[in-house]
Amino acid sequence: MERIPILKLESFLLVSIQVDMHDQLALALQDDLTQKIVATRARAVLIDISALEMVDSFMGRMLGNIASMSRILDAQTVVVGMRPAVAITLVELGLSLPGIRTALNVDAGLALLRAAVERPDVLVDGD
Amino acid sequence: MNRPASRLPAIVEQHQKEVLADWLSNQASSGALRAGRIQESQLRDESQRFLALFTKAIQEGIEFETRGAQWADIREFLTELSRSRATQGFTPSQVATFVFSLKQSLFKRVNESLKSDPAALAGTLWDATIALDALGLYTTEVFQQAREQLIARQQEELIELSTPVVQLWDGILALPLIGTLDSERTQVVMENLLERLVATGSSIAVIDITGVPTVDTLVAQHLLKTVAAAQLMGADCIISGIRPQIAQTIVHLGIDLSSVATKASLADAFGLALKRRGLGVGRAATPGA
Amino acid sequence: MATDPETFPVRSGEDVVKARQVVRSRAMDIGFSLVEQTKIVTAASELARNTVIYGGGGEMRVERLYEGPKRTGLRLTFEDKGPGIIDIELALRDGYTSGNGLGLGLNGARKLSHEFDIWSKPGEGTRITITRWK
Repeated sequence: MERIPILKLESFLLVSIQVDMHDQLALALQDDLTQKIVATRARAVLIDISALEMVDSFMGRMLGNIASMSRILDAQTVVVGMRPAVAITLVELGLSLPGIRTALNVDAGLALLRAAVERPDVLVDGD
Repeated sequence: MNRPASRLPAIVEQHQKEVLADWLSNQASSGALRAGRIQESQLRDESQRFLALFTKAIQEGIEFETRGAQWADIREFLTELSRSRATQGFTPSQVATFVFSLKQSLFKRVNESLKSDPAALAGTLWDATIALDALGLYTTEVFQQAREQLIARQQEELIELSTPVVQLWDGILALPLIGTLDSERTQVVMENLLERLVATGSSIAVIDITGVPTVDTLVAQHLLKTVAAAQLMGADCIISGIRPQIAQTIVHLGIDLSSVATKASLADAFGLALKRRGLGVGRAATPGA
Repeated sequence: MATDPETFPVRSGEDVVKARQVVRSRAMDIGFSLVEQTKIVTAASELARNTVIYGGGGEMRVERLYEGPKRTGLRLTFEDKGPGIIDIELALRDGYTSGNGLGLGLNGARKLSHEFDIWSKPGEGTRITITRWK
């Protein structure tokens, strides 16, 4: 079965979703990420969705789950690169992705994670 | 219609010169040239051309048709006349009066020619009235169309002009909103702002509503949706320029703006934006002081 | 006026992805803006998933609508022969879920459409039609 690759950089895990995901693939990513956080003792997860042309409620839930599971495993999550049309549609849908930190691009996301990992007291602030 | 052929075309053709002379002097005395908006020579030229076209057109029937080939020349002439009069500041009724004022001199000739035949006289006057009324109204229609096109073009330009997204600083954008926000315009504004956030990598947007006269529930919702969408993308919005009466309206309408930072002025909002970016403004040491 | 409907199977996760792609391309064809495309594709995704998960699979019909030069739209119909919805009003409420979503699927699709029509009979199936105008 195809899988979305997860890269490790320093103490971060990086995921870039480049395909139109079907639900099984999204669930597999959720599994893989939680296992990899534990295996690599990663402190943070960055998920790049700039290639996604839409995010529906299922994918929204998947992103929320990843963030919650990561938090339990003591890792921070940031979702970067959401397109304007996707954001507008999510707002119209009534989906606010609570508990998920976002950043405009990979650079901004990495900066956010570095600050969070270095000074854990700032973490809760952004939520 | 089973009426005998109209006598109007023949009479007009026969008396064209006199009709024109009368018409011109009527127009002059009724003040068509007042305020000096058009020259006498121009009016003379236009009257002459209109009468010639009219004479020619009615030879084939006096019923005006907006699509008839026989009326094509006169339609073109009147369209041109309406458009140029509109830009010269004439009112639609002044333009229509140009056509209607022909009646007086035309009726005079009809009267003289058909004095001895009351039935034909009545019929011919009726024909002339129908023909000229239709043409006069046509100028009004064209005048209105020209105005509507102008307004539509201005509205489009206004939407584009009134939604400029400006960069205040590295990472800080401002959207000064001016005028009433309807849902179509707000959609354009919203998309434009979000696109620019991505393009410039800016994480803070200041939406300034100093120039927005009123805020109703719908406008407030549009603003909140923009703010929510920006947050989903990882950017923050600050709303500035909320005037006292708008603050009152927002509270009375029960709109919850607590999730958004609000500042009284654009300057205050810019200060907050700088602070969030870890920047500040200070006085430079004055050299030589 | 509408084009003859095109019909696509909606039986698996892969079919849901295909349905999204079809809707995206038809929305582009009739000149929907990027945001409009995204809205109808997202609505289609929600409904296609419902068809697979709750309806046990079914089909999607796509019609392009032309009503005058300024009124063009896209109409999508999702139909299954599954167990049907017992309480439609409850199912349309935000936050309601009997399956695996955020509980936004049905109502979300309604919010993203200009017209929404639902027919369902317990034991017979469900048919949902959404329309979005340009």
